[in-house]
Amino acid sequence: MKNKYYKFSIVVFFIFTFLIFYYGLKQKNFYTPENISIKTLPNLFLKDFYTNNETSFNDILIDSNYYLINIWASWCLPCREEHPYLLKLKKNSSIKIIGINYKDKKDNALKFLDKFENPYFTILNDRNGTASIEIGAYGVPESLILNKEKKIIKKIIGPIDNKKFNEIKKLLKNEN
Amino acid sequence: MKIKLILSIIFLFFTFFNSSISDELELENKINKNLRCLICQGQSIYDSQSDFAESMKLVVKQKIDAGMSEEEIYSFFKMQYGEWILYDPQFNTKNFALWLLPIVIFLVGGIIIIAKFGVLKKR
Repeated sequence: MKNKYYKFSIVVFFIFTFLIFYYGLKQKNFYTPENISIKTLPNLFLKDFYTNNETSFNDILIDSNYYLINIWASWCLPCREEHPYLLKLKKNSSIKIIGINYKDKKDNALKFLDKFENPYFTILNDRNGTASIEIGAYGVPESLILNKEKKIIKKIIGPIDNKKFNEIKKLLKNEN
Repeated sequence: MKIKLILSIIFLFFTFFNSSISDELELENKINKNLRCLICQGQSIYDSQSDFAESMKLVVKQKIDAGMSEEEIYSFFKMQYGEWILYDPQFNTKNFALWLLPIVIFLVGGIIIIAKFGVLKKR
């Protein structure tokens, strides 16, 4: 009787271990902080890309129903993929696009804008990448959508593709 | 005599200055080792040289210089990126089993051992 109980518990133990590993291996184990973002933007002071004058988010985020803060760099390939979508969004009058140029060289960034056109209302510099960390980003490209009250209503990690572009359009329509 | 006094003052000043710098560096390293790099997951930002980790190290340094405490810095990053960014997660309803299970197993195991071979039988 005791032996039977012993064998049974060993089998149960192995099945239990197998199931844990089986489901563990199937699970996606790359963490993205998509849903855990700060709700309001800190008022950071950054330098303007063209004039090098210090400006704050509070100075820029005015006169629009929505703002899209896009972190980009000329060396970032996915930024080129999302660029046409930003140009399309530029045509929408209810949203203002603000660029944060991340760890980039000014010459290269200027060439990039010359080649692909400038979708940004204002561009701010983030030479050492600290401002992007302060707003809860973790790489390029990344976009934040803010409403009139400067509350973050959507965070897009990675490039804006067709699906995400439609989501943004829907969001702008719904909130209006 | 005067020279000796001046030299000792200079020596004391530099020792104090040096130790305050090394204290700050120690705190910075401690915090960096406790924060997870989100790009190369599994590494702390102290070990990683990714762009993200390098920027995070700078932010940690800026926060220390601004007079923020260790706890305040952790809670700042927790607010931005979620608790996953900390290598030393706090006790909460989601992870209580992980914290308590080893203690429970230890206690239950201890009781079994004592009940089978231990003091209770001898008495």
